[in-house]
Amino acid sequence: MSNTVLFEVGLEELPARFIDDALVQLEEKTKQWLDDLRLPYDTIATMATPRRLTVKVEGLADKQPDIEEEAKGPAKKIAIDEEGNWTKAAIGFSKGQGKGVDDIYFKEIKGTEYVHVNKYTEGEPTKNLLSQFSDLILSLNFPKNMRWGSRQLRYARPIRWLAALYNDEVIPFSIEDVQTGKSTYGHRFLGEKVEVEHADEYEMVLQEQYVIVDVAMRKEMIATQIEKLAQEKNWNILVDEDLLSEVTHLVEYPTVFYGEYSEDFLIVPEEALITSMKEHQRYFPVRAKTGELLPFFVAVRNGDEKHLDNVARGNEKVLKARLADARFFYEEDQKASIEKNLDKLSRMVFQEDLGTIADKVQRTIKLADALSDHLKLQPAIKKQVLRTAEISKFDLVTHMVGEFPELQGIMGEKYARIFGEDEEVAQAINEHYMPRHANGELPKSIPGTVVSIADKLDTIVGCFSIGIIPSGSQDPYGLRRSAIGILQMLDKQAWDIQLETLVNSAVKLYISLGLPNRSEEEVVQDLNEFFHIRASYLLKEEGVEPDIVEAVLANGIKHVPFTKEKAKLLASKRNDESFKSTHEALGRVLNLAKKTNVMEVDTELFENETEQTLYNTYLEVKQEYAASLSRHDAVQALKALGMLADPIHNFFDHTMVMAEDAKIKENRLGLLNLIATEIYAFADLNAVQWKQQY
Amino acid sequence: MNIQDMILTLQKHWSNQGCLLMQAYDVEKGAGTMSPMTLLRSLGPEPWNVAYVEPSRRPADGRYGENPNRLYQHHQFQVIMKPSPDNIQELYLDSLKALGIDPLKHDIRFVEDNWENPTLGAAGLGWEVWLDGMEITQFTYFQQIGGLEAKPVSAEITYGLERLASYIQDKENVFELEWTNGVTVGDIFSQPEYEHSKYTFESSDSDMLFNLFSVYEKEAERAMELGLVFPAYDYVLKCSHTFNLLDAKGVISVTERTGYIARVRNLARKIAKTYVEERERIGFPMLKGKEDASHE
Repeated sequence: MSNTVLFEVGLEELPARFIDDALVQLEEKTKQWLDDLRLPYDTIATMATPRRLTVKVEGLADKQPDIEEEAKGPAKKIAIDEEGNWTKAAIGFSKGQGKGVDDIYFKEIKGTEYVHVNKYTEGEPTKNLLSQFSDLILSLNFPKNMRWGSRQLRYARPIRWLAALYNDEVIPFSIEDVQTGKSTYGHRFLGEKVEVEHADEYEMVLQEQYVIVDVAMRKEMIATQIEKLAQEKNWNILVDEDLLSEVTHLVEYPTVFYGEYSEDFLIVPEEALITSMKEHQRYFPVRAKTGELLPFFVAVRNGDEKHLDNVARGNEKVLKARLADARFFYEEDQKASIEKNLDKLSRMVFQEDLGTIADKVQRTIKLADALSDHLKLQPAIKKQVLRTAEISKFDLVTHMVGEFPELQGIMGEKYARIFGEDEEVAQAINEHYMPRHANGELPKSIPGTVVSIADKLDTIVGCFSIGIIPSGSQDPYGLRRSAIGILQMLDKQAWDIQLETLVNSAVKLYISLGLPNRSEEEVVQDLNEFFHIRASYLLKEEGVEPDIVEAVLANGIKHVPFTKEKAKLLASKRNDESFKSTHEALGRVLNLAKKTNVMEVDTELFENETEQTLYNTYLEVKQEYAASLSRHDAVQALKALGMLADPIHNFFDHTMVMAEDAKIKENRLGLLNLIATEIYAFADLNAVQWKQQY
Repeated sequence: MNIQDMILTLQKHWSNQGCLLMQAYDVEKGAGTMSPMTLLRSLGPEPWNVAYVEPSRRPADGRYGENPNRLYQHHQFQVIMKPSPDNIQELYLDSLKALGIDPLKHDIRFVEDNWENPTLGAAGLGWEVWLDGMEITQFTYFQQIGGLEAKPVSAEITYGLERLASYIQDKENVFELEWTNGVTVGDIFSQPEYEHSKYTFESSDSDMLFNLFSVYEKEAERAMELGLVFPAYDYVLKCSHTFNLLDAKGVISVTERTGYIARVRNLARKIAKTYVEERERIGFPMLKGKEDASHE
């Protein structure tokens, strides 16, 4: 017979953001639990509303399968004494297995006969095992737990009831003083407390009580109603998947409705209107088919269609107050000036030890200035860079950003334009926050990119200087994302600058300001390590394999696009038959060079021609190689190194590097070390694992 | 329903649930939570059920009586039940019904909102309650108060009276709300709103306020050393309000700001600890009185 088991944990309203993860855990843990109990089943379904977490198992077996196994005991000669009677050992063994001596038989293993019995364990009936589910309920992890009343338990929200059914029987257990039963609760206002007679009927019973317990079904109901409304009205309703999920987790019985607001509010930038609707009210904004924002919103009620007009009117009123605020802020902000706002930045703390936002801006200006000079930007562009840096944060003290922090930069751009700043500067203010999220859009303009890099570099180096280093899930200033952003921008712009140069100039600035409370060496080392991890992450994201990542980063990150270029070239070479000899030659040089620190050669000490030839080739190749490197031409650089391959092979064929005469030995190692240094400038080729057999 | 009737209705409702009806506390404060009726009484094991109206001063929110939604001083209706009863949500929803809000005609939701007040070393988990999209109540289970773990846990329900009234009376301007028949919030509060805003932002004597802060702080410390918890706490409230006045005027620099908050927090923590010790010393009298009190 197949059975159905149902567990429902009734809770005070769970935070919407907890639910998806809780359901994943509930499913995995239930599966594990049933597997551990050796209970066969057909399906596990998890369900949830704000007020309940549910798991339902169908096709569950009546009992654990019986187990028949052979148990091995003592050897025959120990089991039977000289008179042919069972010894204590044999009796004890059979008893221990729940059997008697009559059940014993012998079986030969590697030439010796041993006592055996067939052991039979009867499976436990399912219903005796189910009460253990309480442990599983308590094992769910939530982002935040709480206590309530006088109880000790910590859980996401107070547990108010427990329904636990094995077909039509209650599975008895309790958590704190809440006892399991057959009862569940319907919708807070449209439903009531009700008994579930049989686990199979659970969803039906709840549906009658205005609870759609299946998350996917509830989401589908919302999506369908929105779709229908959009068609009726010829609207484009902006259905954001995250918002749809959140709204699904805020209601038990969804009914979609719409409301409107005055067209007068459309003078406010639409980003602010949309944020007001989405973030604050969980409404879906509405656009016309032609793209412009329309003064309507779509929302979901936790309830049925009755008195829906009343609900819509109430929501309209709330939104109106919010938008009136937004419009007030927008108008107020325009009465100020950029200069007045900048004054206020000196009262806004960035980080206790790193000073105010105004202090940060001053450092950003210096970094942006130095970077502009390094890049030899035209005076007109440099002027834009410096102006952007100077006013990059002025919008932080506007009412609008105070109310909608996610609009930082976006409002800056709009206000800058209103206050008569250059179009380039206005756009760059917005761009300097890019990328705003993982794989987000990068700044397009030069000023936007320069200031973005300077701003992020300041935050990273500043934090490292005072020992705020991301670890585990701790990264309060988003330093990881900032570092990745810097690398992505350097890659995109392909400027002639090395990452290390940038980082060092920032560290120098901090030293000159006396800010670090750690030694320069430590800071630089931590920063290098930090950027190294981000760079290897980025390369791996682009499909570069780990060994090649290690090879090209061995000598630092340097020029980002060139480093990527080298990685791609090496990836293509690893299957290239013709590269075999070069790789072997260069690899041997790298290995042997490790044995010395000498970096010079005395041609007088050469004993054979291959030494001289190798040295000559090195001198010939060196210039062309250096030029290729500075042109960031990976192909030519590797080709130049390749010219050394034959001379290296010849050298090894005819020369004993580890000569007995120490001077000669050192001279030969010195020659190899000179060459190795050049190879390292390209990559640590020995890190590359050549997959193909040559 | 005018605001006066709303207050009477809420008082009746929570009185029926066994709450003591207390009056507003006579020291300036930013929220009903800061009344000793909440902040101190929610500490320790003694049961405590109370309801009161609290005028709450937020100097930075002053708008000279010109903004339809913002006030220097608004009113909260505050409920504390310790330990939080199992049916606290239902009790709350019943109070809305008593105010004439029919849940079947509205959309009432509990939306996650965790509360934290670092100045008081206090934190709690709970929701903001939405009525047709408007936040009308803050509903919190205290987890920590004055840096001490809240055991048992109190449920705190804070109604924003003006907010709720604007919904019930269907008014868009807070000054048009009826306090009682024929008398509006504007009649009573326009002048003080204007004058307090003017005082806060333009006329207050900052040197004197800085001085007062130090004096109050010292006095709080001194009272504490004598084991006088309630007087000490009054001076902490005075520190807090003085700080708010200075902060609203923008005369506290960023670096100082953190320092001032830390000073108030340290005082609040010491007081919380001493309060519990003092209650313990006198044997937590309300633990025993619980049964008798409910019959009175």
